[in-house]
Amino acid sequence: MLSYVEVILDNISNNEEALASFENVTVGFFVTCIVDLLRPSVGFAALHLLKAAGFHVEVPASQACCGQPAYNSGNESSAIDIARQVISVFENFDYVVVPSGSCAGMLRKHYPRLFASDFIWLDRARNLASKTYELNEFLVDVARIDNLSSTVSKTCTYHDSCSGLNELGIHKQPRALLTKLEGLELKEMEEADECCGFGGLFCVKYPDISTRIVERKVNNALSTGADMLIGGDLGCLMNIAGYLRRMGSSMKVFHVAEVLAGMINDPSIGEKEEHA
Amino acid sequence: MNTASTEFRKRVRMALADDELQHAMGRAKGGFVLNRQKAIAEFPEFHQMTDAARDIKDHVLMNLDLYLEIYEKKVLENGGQVHWARTAEEASTIVEGLCRRSGARKITKGKSMVSEEINLNEKLEKSGMQVIETDLGEYIVQLASEKPSHIIAPAVHKTRNQISKLFYKHHKPMGYADKVSERKEIVQQARSVLRNHFVESDIGITGANFLIAETGSSVIVTNEGNGDLTSVLPRMQIVVAGIEKVIPSLEDLSVFLRVLARSATGQEISAYTSLYSGPRANHADEEGPEQYHVVLVDNGRSSMLGSEYQSMLRCIRCGACLNHCTVYNVIGGHAYGSIYPGPMGSVLTPLIDGHENNTDLANACTLNGLCRTICPVHIPLPDLLRNHRTQQQRRKLTPFTGRFFFAIWVYLVRRPHFYQIVLALPIWVLNRVGRKSGVIKRIPLANGWTNSRDFPCPSAQTFQRQWRAEMRKFNA
Repeated sequence: MLSYVEVILDNISNNEEALASFENVTVGFFVTCIVDLLRPSVGFAALHLLKAAGFHVEVPASQACCGQPAYNSGNESSAIDIARQVISVFENFDYVVVPSGSCAGMLRKHYPRLFASDFIWLDRARNLASKTYELNEFLVDVARIDNLSSTVSKTCTYHDSCSGLNELGIHKQPRALLTKLEGLELKEMEEADECCGFGGLFCVKYPDISTRIVERKVNNALSTGADMLIGGDLGCLMNIAGYLRRMGSSMKVFHVAEVLAGMINDPSIGEKEEHA
Repeated sequence: MNTASTEFRKRVRMALADDELQHAMGRAKGGFVLNRQKAIAEFPEFHQMTDAARDIKDHVLMNLDLYLEIYEKKVLENGGQVHWARTAEEASTIVEGLCRRSGARKITKGKSMVSEEINLNEKLEKSGMQVIETDLGEYIVQLASEKPSHIIAPAVHKTRNQISKLFYKHHKPMGYADKVSERKEIVQQARSVLRNHFVESDIGITGANFLIAETGSSVIVTNEGNGDLTSVLPRMQIVVAGIEKVIPSLEDLSVFLRVLARSATGQEISAYTSLYSGPRANHADEEGPEQYHVVLVDNGRSSMLGSEYQSMLRCIRCGACLNHCTVYNVIGGHAYGSIYPGPMGSVLTPLIDGHENNTDLANACTLNGLCRTICPVHIPLPDLLRNHRTQQQRRKLTPFTGRFFFAIWVYLVRRPHFYQIVLALPIWVLNRVGRKSGVIKRIPLANGWTNSRDFPCPSAQTFQRQWRAEMRKFNA
């Protein structure tokens, strides 16, 4: 198995001034359940990026899921229980960074909504919301990361995951970061901001509809002629990669953190390991 | 799974397998979305205008009784009559009564979603009256014995070829021997057929986009002018409208007109904007109906006031949430099985018709949030759909097995260390199965995924496990 911890990223750095100012700033990393269970390399890539930007990063062991599946399926009381737990574990960090727009949106937009009538927890939820960032927006808007000099000689297309786009307004940041990479050509697909049909439990509750939607997404991506599809939410990427693999396409699918950290020589999502 | 849900899934499968429907939907979508984008780009104040529209609606909803009474008073002053209907049944009965008592035989109709909501056509036809829809799209679906599949573009699901065949079948007996297939010819033929109906009509029924309290006017916007011929030519005009349609003044109307057409079709303004304020003043007047009636429909609306769903009453029926909905665009309006489809319909239908027969509507949605972003009166549609899901959970309308697995998952998530121990084995097994090919082709209990997609193979160990083993090296 690859050890992502020992990877040394000398091609990512931040300017001296930023490094000095972030020296005593601690970031709590919210892994997200899906990265934790299905693609740890995304988590490691994110940690490397945060470290290279100059932050001290901690990964609390007491975390599993943000509770979005409970919230979105109408199990409000379970969602509240899970939210309390996440707030308690993460509220004392200077920042909380999440490698997913969907989970970051849950912490930032929906936790306060869950506690609308509980003033004590509402304050705590708002406090957490005020320092929670999706990875791309954190790297651009807070860390102002400077030097990303990996070479990625690929033509890529970017899928804007919906929650990040519509709840948090993330659109420019991943593009700003990706275009810093040497050799990377970004080709926008038609309807890049359109849903991929994942939708959490939606994709297994209504597989027919979900499949038709991802078919359209994948056709738009393939029409660009890109070698690689990049996105910021592993859920959508699992869905897109799963459909691409089933149709026998060789288009690679990576999380944006993996690309930024220069991990694109490892197997992409759903790709076999060469030496397995 | 209950019968309603089985029916919903059947309709979805039919829609997905219908090539003509898929073709029609694919083409319509791009047009609506791009035209809206263009129209908004040319109108920098658009977003401020939508805030104003929302605020006006909120103000009205806080004072709905007041504005409705002012509106009623004005209509009476203008010589019209106002009828109040608590339910769909009451509303259609009132209209049917008005038509029957006046001895009407032929009735022309402008496009009206609320008349679909109260099943007006069936009611009138049962009483032996002939009802002609005069909006081209509505006319097409009426010929096809269908319901509208979109709230502003009723026949959006039909291809030109289907319309051509439909016209040939129905118009041939009327003496139109040639089959028309060009857009222009189709419109021309519809116009020619409808012209006679307009002239022969006894009563014209329209909906209303807005009701203006200040003047007692009802406002309709159309692109075909059919609304005017429907309203002005017959001896009686009946306006059917939901109680939430009232706005205070003409000043407010100008805000909504600037928002509505841009959101709906991407036009700056619709081709016709008509205000009707009552019957012809006296018999010397040359135009206008002799009698003017307004039927105000509640049908569940007043119970939304003061509830968590109140914001839904702001809806101006522009259809933008349908046009931008990923799910609507692949299954079309009929699959929803309700007269109001798409995001706004999925919120509204369970409120009007109850949750029991409509459990799928709120769930067949990816919650991607785009409808909230584009709604010109800022209705938080995804939140309202999520509220519906919460209602379903509370009333245990969801399947038992789902709730059972969910309870286990919640139990584990709340105990992260135990969660790691329990999930280590299944993750390891999935990795063993899939690591050679990179994917897993089939996972029991997850057919919904694996029937059409591969499942990308996970790592052998979770992030947390790898991290705990090596974190010291990282921080060194």
